Amino acid sequence: MATGPDAPRPSGRFDEEIDELRTLVSEMGGLAEAQIATAIDALVRRDGDLGLHVAEADAELDRMEAEAEAKAVAIIAGTAPGAEGLRELVAALKISAIIERIGDYAKNIGKRASSMAAAAPVQPVAIIPEMGRLASSMLKDALDAYVERDARLALDVMMRDTSVDDLYNSLFRSLLTYMMENPHHITPSAHLLFIAKNIERIGDHATNIAEMVHFQVTGQHLVERPKADQTPLFIQPRTDNP
Amino acid sequence: MWMLAAPLAGAGLAAWLAWRAGSDGATVAAIGALSGLGLLPAVTLRRYHVASRTPMRDEGEVTAKAESGARPVSSDLVSIAALAEPAIVVSGSWRAAAANEQARTLFGPRVAGSDVRQSVRHPAVLDALRQAMGGESPATREVGALGHADGAFRVRVVALGEERYLVTFTDITQARLAERMRADFVANASHELRTPLANISGFIETLLGPAAEDEPARRRFLEIMAKESARMSRLIDDLLSLSRIELDKYVRPQAPLDLAPLLADVGKTLAMRLEADGRRLLIDVAEGLPQVVGDRDQILQVLHNLVSNALKYGHSGTPIRLSAAPVAASARMEEMVRVSVEDVGDGIAPEHLPRLTERFYRVDTGRSRSMGGTGLGLAIVKHIVERHRGRLEISSRQGEGTTVSFTLPVVPKRIDERVAEGGEEGGAATPDRGGEARHKTETKV
Repeated sequence: MATGPDAPRPSGRFDEEIDELRTLVSEMGGLAEAQIATAIDALVRRDGDLGLHVAEADAELDRMEAEAEAKAVAIIAGTAPGAEGLRELVAALKISAIIERIGDYAKNIGKRASSMAAAAPVQPVAIIPEMGRLASSMLKDALDAYVERDARLALDVMMRDTSVDDLYNSLFRSLLTYMMENPHHITPSAHLLFIAKNIERIGDHATNIAEMVHFQVTGQHLVERPKADQTPLFIQPRTDNP
Repeated sequence: MWMLAAPLAGAGLAAWLAWRAGSDGATVAAIGALSGLGLLPAVTLRRYHVASRTPMRDEGEVTAKAESGARPVSSDLVSIAALAEPAIVVSGSWRAAAANEQARTLFGPRVAGSDVRQSVRHPAVLDALRQAMGGESPATREVGALGHADGAFRVRVVALGEERYLVTFTDITQARLAERMRADFVANASHELRTPLANISGFIETLLGPAAEDEPARRRFLEIMAKESARMSRLIDDLLSLSRIELDKYVRPQAPLDLAPLLADVGKTLAMRLEADGRRLLIDVAEGLPQVVGDRDQILQVLHNLVSNALKYGHSGTPIRLSAAPVAASARMEEMVRVSVEDVGDGIAPEHLPRLTERFYRVDTGRSRSMGGTGLGLAIVKHIVERHRGRLEISSRQGEGTTVSFTLPVVPKRIDERVAEGGEEGGAATPDRGGEARHKTETKV
């Protein structure tokens, strides 16, 4: 695997075009990372305007995805790439679609953050920044792995998804209990639950990117990845004050 | 007094902020230390903006291979290795022509020579670069969550001419953190004060209404009210002493101090409480203990807080060991004396240890409150020890007990005395039961 500053620099026209596409996709990734961070910041600081700003900025990601797609199609049509080039192009296409999806989650978090800023503060919100940090560091490393064609880093990202899931489980439980305490908690808690779910999904998507990178570099699919979201099996929270 | 006005006003906000547990640290100090950093990039740039004609050998000044022009690449590189903060030189084609050590730490070793749109990626940084490339230099932005550091940075892009741009990153995480900590602290303090206040006013209401004629209830309620108001005044005392300590944080104590009588004093002041719980305070002072540099009242407060904690959280009837012994001086550290307080009790789970010195952090909120704790004891201890340039260590083994120890600097000897003694110093008589299962946390200064 060729990585880092010693990696061969793009030589031909085709390589140059592929590198341009790669740049576009990683720029998209950078924007998505920033969107997640800003959305969570808006939530924690209860800054409704900032949340709406995140929602508006998502249009840029959509535009970039369309551009990436057009570029990939143009390369395929213009150069008739070989197997390796095609794998690279398909990966770029898929990854840009995933990043666009991640952007949608960030947008949704931003919108909900602005609704939550209008309501009373919710206690369990404190766990969100930690979740967000974990998920965006996964996305960051997945993108680094993509840019540097680093299969080991990709593998590392795939193994980290469980920690986001663990936090999600714990938040899910505490929110249920919190909602049972007082019906007034239900609206903001429901928003928070969706926000947490969005972050959990971002973690999953980062894992998807990592899987694609791993495949692109090694040509091998991984059979099973760890999964720890147990909330679908959850029935009734235990509570001491029924 | 501002703290008293805050509880009612900030009650709503307090509820959720308090969940996040308090923050310790020197708010004011951090802001003070950071002011002026903003000027740094400009100043350093002027000093090091020296064009080098020799080929670069340092890894930090990697030449851009992708540079297609005929111009010799290394000739106009800026020596950024000398900068204190992360710095990258970016070419007009977005290549990182050079990245210094700090930038490689921040963005990973592969940043040098890469396309910054791929390696740095952050939209605000790229935006600033675009602006500078468009002729508007310098361009500045403030960004959060950059690179591997989970921090905030002020990014500054300056055009160096010949399609070269210097990007510097000034860390402003501490300033941001300090800002948030202050907000958290106000919310926490008001929340902590509100709880006893709510109790007191609840009982007053009951005494005025339904329990007006009920003599035994009145007696009982008044007792609780006395206890709650005592807790409130303790909390205010602690808050005040904490802010006083922070005020003097950078004023190093000067007076020489004998520890042995001080330890005995603590035993005397706490004698009644010790006796009530069937406890003994075993004081063990190493022979010929040198004098330390310290503020008598503050060290007394540290000892008092630590022994009180041992009293509260150790098992009834077990002894508390209070010991003082010299620590061997090493080449890098001055000679110190270590004072340890050791109890026999349930101990503290390892996940709590790093957070114990945070303000209002409690392992068990209910238990701490019922014992009249303010949640500030260890925060005060930490700040006093830091002011003395000492080190606080907390180690605990669950089911066995907890040891809290701190070091204090020994009064420096005059040079002639040191020569006369020929450098023989006290050995390591420290009661260190360092087993592998024993979890430790340290607060370094």
